[in-house]
Amino acid sequence: MAKFTAKPDELAKIDFRPPRTGWMDTPVEIKEHMFCHAAKPKELETVGFPNAHEWRPNDEDWKLPENWERTILEGMKDLLGKYRSFRLFMDICVRCGACADKCHFYIGTGDPKNMPVLRAELMRSVYRGNFTLAGKILRKIAGARDLTVNVLKEWWYYFYQCTECRRCSVFCPYGIDQAEITMMGRELTNLLGLNIGWIAGPVAACYMKGNHLGLEPHTITSSMEFFVDDIETITGIRVNPTFNRKGAEILFVTPSGDLFANPGTYTAMGYLMLFHELGLDYTWSTYASEGGNFGFFTTNEMAKRLNSKIYAEAKRLGVKWILGGECGHMWRIIHQYMDTWNGPADFLEAPVSPITGTRFDNAKATRMVHIAEFTADLIRHGKLKLDPSRNDHLKVTFHDSCNTSRGMGLLEEPRYIIKNACNHFYEMPEDTIREKTFCCGSGTGLNASENMELRLRGGFPRANAVKHVNEHHGVNMLANVCAIDRAALTTSMDYWVPGVSVCGVHELVGNVLVMKGEKERTQDLRLEPLPGKEGNE
Amino acid sequence: MGSIFAFFAVIALVLIAFVGVSAGNMQYLFGVVIPYAAMIIFITGFIFRVLKWGSSPVPFCIPTTCGQQKSLPWIKQNKIDNPSTTIGVVVRMALEVLLFRSLFRNLKTQLSEGQRIVYGEAKWLWLAGLAFHWSFLIILVRHLRFFIQKVPVPIQMIEGLDSFLQIGAPLLYITDVVILSAVTYLFLRRVFMPQVRYISLPADYFPLFLILGIAATGVLMRYFFKVNVTGVKELAMGLVSFINPDAKLLEGIGVIFYIHLFLISIFFAYFPFSKLMHMGGVFMSPTRNMVNNSRMKRHINPWNYPVKVHTYDEYEDDFREKMKGAGIPVERE
Amino acid sequence: MSRDVRDLLSRKKSALLERWFDIVLETYPSESSGFLKNKKRQFANPVGYTISQGLEDLLDELLQEREMDIEKVSSVLDSIIRIRAVQDVTPSQALAFVFRLKKVLREEGGTAPSEEIEALESRIDAIALISFDLFMKCREKIYDLKANELRNMTFRLLQKAKLVCEIPGE
Repeated sequence: MAKFTAKPDELAKIDFRPPRTGWMDTPVEIKEHMFCHAAKPKELETVGFPNAHEWRPNDEDWKLPENWERTILEGMKDLLGKYRSFRLFMDICVRCGACADKCHFYIGTGDPKNMPVLRAELMRSVYRGNFTLAGKILRKIAGARDLTVNVLKEWWYYFYQCTECRRCSVFCPYGIDQAEITMMGRELTNLLGLNIGWIAGPVAACYMKGNHLGLEPHTITSSMEFFVDDIETITGIRVNPTFNRKGAEILFVTPSGDLFANPGTYTAMGYLMLFHELGLDYTWSTYASEGGNFGFFTTNEMAKRLNSKIYAEAKRLGVKWILGGECGHMWRIIHQYMDTWNGPADFLEAPVSPITGTRFDNAKATRMVHIAEFTADLIRHGKLKLDPSRNDHLKVTFHDSCNTSRGMGLLEEPRYIIKNACNHFYEMPEDTIREKTFCCGSGTGLNASENMELRLRGGFPRANAVKHVNEHHGVNMLANVCAIDRAALTTSMDYWVPGVSVCGVHELVGNVLVMKGEKERTQDLRLEPLPGKEGNE
Repeated sequence: MGSIFAFFAVIALVLIAFVGVSAGNMQYLFGVVIPYAAMIIFITGFIFRVLKWGSSPVPFCIPTTCGQQKSLPWIKQNKIDNPSTTIGVVVRMALEVLLFRSLFRNLKTQLSEGQRIVYGEAKWLWLAGLAFHWSFLIILVRHLRFFIQKVPVPIQMIEGLDSFLQIGAPLLYITDVVILSAVTYLFLRRVFMPQVRYISLPADYFPLFLILGIAATGVLMRYFFKVNVTGVKELAMGLVSFINPDAKLLEGIGVIFYIHLFLISIFFAYFPFSKLMHMGGVFMSPTRNMVNNSRMKRHINPWNYPVKVHTYDEYEDDFREKMKGAGIPVERE
Repeated sequence: MSRDVRDLLSRKKSALLERWFDIVLETYPSESSGFLKNKKRQFANPVGYTISQGLEDLLDELLQEREMDIEKVSSVLDSIIRIRAVQDVTPSQALAFVFRLKKVLREEGGTAPSEEIEALESRIDAIALISFDLFMKCREKIYDLKANELRNMTFRLLQKAKLVCEIPGE
């Protein structure tokens, strides 16, 4: 909501359309509730980011370092030389407009600068003005402009209003990916210390303590005790997770959010139950206790620095391969970046499921398997005893995460698991799922609370599709494979489609998994009574 | 604004050629010097741009996956939209380049909503884009008849197909009609759709007007102001075999031909400096031309460099007592 | 309201709707209103679709002979206001569309006796009052969400610090 500024005579006015100026002549207006707070200098200094300083996005003066223009332009030159994607995407856009209405932020905000093409033009205009002959000579006619404080603010404002979801890239005839451009934009703003607290805080915590929440090792283990207790309450079985155990066959890595944030915690309980039932020889790590990587939303280098812990820990513990939990951007990174950054993983073995003997050939180099691939294989081989009737009170739909769908292609594995764990599964409309899925609206470190309006607007296209299946099929559970989704969609549903809960796929599995020697279940993983089983206690 | 500027820029180009040839008698400049210069700029510029793109490496394997990945053997992979082999990529790229598949996806999205389509723009964009590019290509191929003494059979066949309606004399080429309508449509949508108007630059209108000008002069030349076609062919043959044409030949061709040729020259000279380079770029886009096999085969980043990390030993030093207290094994007691 | 007036307005329903919808769109940037106007696209353009559907349902309810069904009005209004409450408009701008309907009615229903129009207008006033309630409810909800999120995010930590606990059963 905008601040209440209308004067009585303005209220009578019908037309409050903005003046019809071209976008280059419309200066950016940094609006309340649309941006995240600035990063604290200490957080940036912890990881050695440059130009850490106190500033506020809605202040006139951002206290930019001297010669900041040169810093940016040199940074741009460096990135243009490093990434073909960047150079190419700066050059070949024909502005056909096919991407314009594909962005959830544009659909939800109506702000024209949220059209992917225009968000990219914010940077292209500066590229043309400084790096192309036509732009240097013809200036505005060639769509070029100078780098000014206003332009920089505009970059910052809109590059932190993009969740790098890649939906635009699906529809672009040249595959131009706004995510790549946003990444470059964020690298550049980071050179000037212009980061946001919601990203810089977790990055610093993850660097020093191994996870975004900054949990120290003893906190992780003692919190896991809660899960163990709850699982015992529910099933009568005491599971026994191990930490930093050398010689385990498998290292398990998952986003730390699932260890503390509801409803992700129930997904974590699902993992614990599944691994216990399989008798899996696996270990958690407190050093590599984060699958997610907020460094990815700052610079490529920072992402690599955080990611290095996974292979380092696998090597130190001497495991054979790595299993990864449900997470979106974590899997974009593992699938497309990890091996390139920190490989080759020649100290590991090509992953083989110890239960079914299936060789995961699709992960034979990176040697890390997605838990949905792992569990789907178990179910396919009949290794799990499931009682889907325990989920009969749920009518489930599945939200594809941007990263796993458009940066990996994990579409059928989670669906297969859900269909085996639930009797009532309904798809959302075709153009809102799979590769055309809509973002939750809070990815890339934008899930803060101060920008709640931005998140709710960006989350509306997704919520609208959920509302559709809610109204038509009575869907009351939105399953997904991403920790940020679990947090963000819970909020989004609470606002847009009250009555729809959010869960991870392995929470559904944990609920229906018939464990050896378990007691008659009367509660689900949320310690809520299982409908139809209440009287049996 | 942008459209007006671009329009007058093209008008100015037409006038330059008109005045230069009809008043200034500069047939040699417009018929020989400028075409050669334009081709040199086009070829070197095009190569330079492609090499420039090529000089930046592709550090990461970042295909945009639009279908099921290759994972477990019993899950059906989408081999085109999420290719795990080079053949898959070739098919994906071919569909993209020849049929504009991604733009078509746009259209599919609309149809799948199942409701009455009131908003058919996406369909028209795809159709007009396809019609425009294909007729451009066919027209280009047709023009080869001017550069080869004995017109090859394939070109004759294309000409035959293109004029199969058998209307008028000389026979009407379908592609002439198609390209004029498609370009007009592409221009009108830029003007009348508020979103597209908002994002359009002069550099978007200029090539449209230029192509419109080229097509229009071509049509005028063929159907209305007849020029000395034999002379044109002789000039064209001379140009490709580097034979200097004599003044009589040059003067014997109508001025409209020089306008046509000048606009074409400008088009080719402008090409490497503009968005028209998407013709080369589409083949190099890493989100489309890469195999999604990054977990099967390590992708190498040529500029990968060692980074400062927080090692396990440092971590253990920070938390050793707490770890021991929590029963977590440590390396050093 | 007499049958004549209702028939007159019902006949003009699509024109009324069109005008009313345009008025709502005027609060958006002109570059976007073209996009939002494509209201048939339920999933590609949920804002335009939801608002246009909502306005139509409201108008239907308004032109009913019987008393308005307040439940129905609230639920329809809710879908519109829920969107307006998170968009970049002041409360007055967000709710102005309800009042603007009066002008639209007077212009389109020009020949109707003024007491008939007045009857309609008092219905519109009722809708406006409900809108205020809904708008406030949405805004309060947003602040709730922020608080809940923080609590969810650190639930296990709070539990660990014994700051929250389950209420013990009997």
